[in-house]
Amino acid sequence: MNKIVKKRMLSPVIAEIELSAPYIARSQKPGQFVIVRVDDRGERIPLTIAHADAEKGTITLIVQSIGKTTTRFNLMEAGESVADLVGPLGKPSHIQYFGRVVTIGGGVGTAIAWPTTRAFKEAGNEVISIIGARTKELLILEQEMREISDRVIVTTDDGSYANKGFVTDSLKGLIENDTIPNLVLAIGPVPMMRAISELTRTYAIPTVVSLNPIMLDGTGMCGVCRVSVGGKTMFACVDGPEFDAHQVDFNGLTQRLRSYQKEEKLSLELLKSWER
Amino acid sequence: MATLDKKERLKIQRHAMPEQDPMVRIANFEEVNFGFTPNLAIEEAQRCLLCPKPLCVAGCPVNIDIPSFINLIAEGKFTEAAKKIKETNSLPAICGRVCPQEEQCEGVCVIGKKGTPVAIGHLERFVADWERTHGEISVPGKRPATGKKVAVVGSGPAGLTVASELVQMGHAVTVFEALHVPGGVLAYGIPEFRLPKDILGSEVDYLKRLGVDIVTDFVVGKTSTLDELLESGYDAAFVGSGAGLPVFLNIPGENLNGVYSANEYLTRTNLMKSYLFPEYDTPIAKARGVVVFGGGNTAMDAVRTAKRFGTEHAYLIYRRSWEEMPARLEERHHAKAEGIEFVFLTAPTRFIGDESGWVKAVECIKMELGDPDASGRRRPVPIKGSEYMIDAELAVIAVGNGSNPLIPLTTPAIQTNKWGNIIVKDKSTSTTKSGVFAGGDIVRGGATVILAMGDGKRAAREIDVYLKSK
Repeated sequence: MNKIVKKRMLSPVIAEIELSAPYIARSQKPGQFVIVRVDDRGERIPLTIAHADAEKGTITLIVQSIGKTTTRFNLMEAGESVADLVGPLGKPSHIQYFGRVVTIGGGVGTAIAWPTTRAFKEAGNEVISIIGARTKELLILEQEMREISDRVIVTTDDGSYANKGFVTDSLKGLIENDTIPNLVLAIGPVPMMRAISELTRTYAIPTVVSLNPIMLDGTGMCGVCRVSVGGKTMFACVDGPEFDAHQVDFNGLTQRLRSYQKEEKLSLELLKSWER
Repeated sequence: MATLDKKERLKIQRHAMPEQDPMVRIANFEEVNFGFTPNLAIEEAQRCLLCPKPLCVAGCPVNIDIPSFINLIAEGKFTEAAKKIKETNSLPAICGRVCPQEEQCEGVCVIGKKGTPVAIGHLERFVADWERTHGEISVPGKRPATGKKVAVVGSGPAGLTVASELVQMGHAVTVFEALHVPGGVLAYGIPEFRLPKDILGSEVDYLKRLGVDIVTDFVVGKTSTLDELLESGYDAAFVGSGAGLPVFLNIPGENLNGVYSANEYLTRTNLMKSYLFPEYDTPIAKARGVVVFGGGNTAMDAVRTAKRFGTEHAYLIYRRSWEEMPARLEERHHAKAEGIEFVFLTAPTRFIGDESGWVKAVECIKMELGDPDASGRRRPVPIKGSEYMIDAELAVIAVGNGSNPLIPLTTPAIQTNKWGNIIVKDKSTSTTKSGVFAGGDIVRGGATVILAMGDGKRAAREIDVYLKSK
């Protein structure tokens, strides 16, 4: 258990890591996450399950090197094991027939949108996917999303590939062309989710976002992942991670995500100096 | 060694626990108490009158044969004394440190009526430490294997106790722990300076040597449900999933950065070892002024932890006063000696943040004590217009815990009361689901380690009876 059975780089900073986790593979549902601790001195970080194979007993995580832990994780190779892997945690995505669903993945958020997008398709929805990234190199899962979507729109901020612009522009284009979704699922960086949420609010389109606040135990014990939703304090680890976008206090979320900015920077610098 | 008569025994004064100097210990996370030396232990043991009808045994939730083990200490037979305790208690190094002896065994000690009771807790700790450091840990014989399997949910004090009892009865036991380290609150909640984690580790190793199988990183209710476990071949289950739901104050500003639940603050420090950051990855905030709200042992642990992080002003803010505090007296004295600033009859009303979203002050209101409430303690009532500010860049909320809802939510047949505690039948440990037993904080709400262990012991007897009847 916890062993990396396969690893490949999707971009210079994004790895697809398949781990042996038979229990989690069997019980997980789209939208759920795991807590990973890479080594004995490691921190516990939440990562949403991108894919699972119950028969093989594996789960796949798609990880972008951002801080120390994700950087360390992405340096690991097949055959190595992480110290701890626990889950599946959080509530699964709410899947049903809505009609037309637009799923939006920004950057590595596409990995999180992927299993839920498939589940929407399997539930009979018309699925339009919008996937975007800062630049071509960071765009992931285009082919995989094409296989499970009726239509895929690709954007890059810098125009290095496909449509130049933001995912919000593409969604706006759809809406203005009378392709009105019955539900929008948006997963990506907080500013992106906030922008989507503000856009769909003006059209009163129900919108779901998957939040990724700081977590510790991931089972509702510590409350560090609390986020204000509709004026009520919720724990993203047990009440989420998916919430009604129009009710989420994105300012509070952004502020709490910055709690340990200084320490995160120091950890990463120490890791890099150690690598050298 | 000559046996002392009663008069001679009564003449010996209770021995104080040697401890780190307060000004030294606030700069480290090492254990406050050093423990008795063999000589101190023997002398203290000689104070025991060896009552023929010992009240202390009845006062102990797990009924340790206290006079017998103390007599063995007096005779210098420390290893035998440890064995004697382990007949009834598998975790003596822990109990000797964290039990509220003053309310239990020592609270009813006969010589305590006129003087000070025998230091039973310190003696228990002494023999457990002696056994561990002298490499003489014995594993008692087990009854023949019964072929029955029991699943234990949670590796806190209740779970570890039920596991050790059942395995000695010949049942196969698997303990499922959600976190990456066994011990439950002993691992994430109680600080290193009160319960060193290597001591917890060796108590857990002892259970493994007894044959208990411990599976970490397994969240029952998520990784598998309890029902799935039972279907996969377990004949019975015990739920000791604890009071792991933090209670917040529901006042403005509570989501500011720097406002922690006690669970988070202590878990970062104890389980994740953030006091060793950046050697360990998990960070924690430090501040010049820290406010901790609450009056229990958890609040005391949090505020003393804050002091050790170099906090200049570590305030313990409690809405009642010294007399009503639920925290153990020893902890309160230790906190006082360490320079913790107690602010009584005061409650927080809101947190004030700075422009970057960090807490910078807390507004408090003064209270006065009114008529007694349901708990028998006088109810604090706010004094109108008495609000004032305390500067603090870090706040910890330690006003209690709710029960962990995961097992009841995912096991429909298990019923809970309005507080979410699992309902047990007729003072037993059996739940509303046949073959499933429960104990510790998930049944009691926030209680103590030793009461959870007492539940574990009772549950083991009841599970044994249940398995035999199957």
